[in-house]
Amino acid sequence: MKPKAFDYLRAESIDEALAALAEHGTRALLLAGGQSLVAMVNFRLLEPALLVDISSINSLRYIRMAGNSLEIGAATTQAELLAWPELESRQPLLAKALPFLGHMQTRNRGTVCGSIAHADPSSELPLCLATLGGEVILRSIRGERVLSAADFQTGMLATARHQDEMIAAVRLPVAQPTAGYHFDEMAIRRGDFAVASVAAVASGEAVRLGIGGVADRPMVYDWSELEENIIDPALNALAWDLHGQDDLHASARYRRELVRRLGRRAIKEARSCRS
Amino acid sequence: MPFLNKNTRHSITLFLDGRKVTGLAEPRLLLSDFLRQEQFINAVHVACEHGVCGACTVLLDGKAVRSCLIFAVQVAGRRIDTAAGLADENGELNDLQRAFRRHHALQCGYCTPGILMSVTDFLARNPQPTEGALREMLSGHLCRCTGYTGIVRAVLDVVAKRVSSRSSCT
Repeated sequence: MKPKAFDYLRAESIDEALAALAEHGTRALLLAGGQSLVAMVNFRLLEPALLVDISSINSLRYIRMAGNSLEIGAATTQAELLAWPELESRQPLLAKALPFLGHMQTRNRGTVCGSIAHADPSSELPLCLATLGGEVILRSIRGERVLSAADFQTGMLATARHQDEMIAAVRLPVAQPTAGYHFDEMAIRRGDFAVASVAAVASGEAVRLGIGGVADRPMVYDWSELEENIIDPALNALAWDLHGQDDLHASARYRRELVRRLGRRAIKEARSCRS
Repeated sequence: MPFLNKNTRHSITLFLDGRKVTGLAEPRLLLSDFLRQEQFINAVHVACEHGVCGACTVLLDGKAVRSCLIFAVQVAGRRIDTAAGLADENGELNDLQRAFRRHHALQCGYCTPGILMSVTDFLARNPQPTEGALREMLSGHLCRCTGYTGIVRAVLDVVAKRVSSRSSCT
């Protein structure tokens, strides 16, 4: 439970971090909050030759408006986002989802972008990013590119990020004024990874539902209208379509049932929050 | 010291429980091990070493964090507070520690130092929490002895006493 030896670079600027990534390629890993990475390094699931610590780069620590999106820099912690006074009004889905993310003690250190980079299929922030249709800003010494959430996460713990790229920031669309949002999940214990999680957006008659913890990545479904009597069959079809599997924590059958029940409840709650 | 070689023990200076201290750490040394083995702070307990149990929780610049998920070299120049610094210089326990004793909020005591540090951060930000919010925060700690009942009672007692002592001063 002790990490293998590695060199450590405390990057003082974005350029310094990008240069280190370009030089060391697959041997280097970025360290921000470390709430997933350090656990994996302790277990020696990862054995980097170099850790590039970006947590003290002040130009990466921000929450700002960028057009109709919230832009969150790579060094911003989950606790800082949760404590941001405008969060509830700008994007209630995030305000509802973040309390489920780990614990106060891990949110104090864990970053928003780090959770998205880690791309755990049952993690809350990748699900919010996918459901809201957000973007990931990737930077390397070759330049910058912006990927949609759907293009970014390619599978379980897998993303389209190249080895020499860092997530500089993520953009999450702010709330549409008339839409309603809801987030819910079922975990064996509070703060554990979700067995299944749901993010719902209700706008007029339309519903968007994102599901985490069941497929190998967050899955998003849209209905232009969803009348009361077709909600259950629609959710049932979706539950089967996700092809959830048995694992240590839950059976595939239990996961399908969670999708049906959490989905129905989240749609109802999101619709009641419309204005 | 922006670049640190993996095979070298590097000098780290930090502010630990109100004192300026210096110790040696190679980059892979966890903060929890640095505090125990270099600084002899045995109030930092180590159990799971992957951020789940909360026993090693300390304050980093006033915020409760897992010291097993931070490398010692990351905290150079920063402030670290542990349960060893809660009592005053005469060894007089603080109000939170006394409440834990009064309400039997510990049995084996292994989880206690971490919980004390989390509660310290939590009450600084939420001086009058609801029981639900307190229990949610405590979900970041595993206690296998108490069932959390005594812990919740102790913290709520401290909240009540701090509130009443404030109002009597005004």
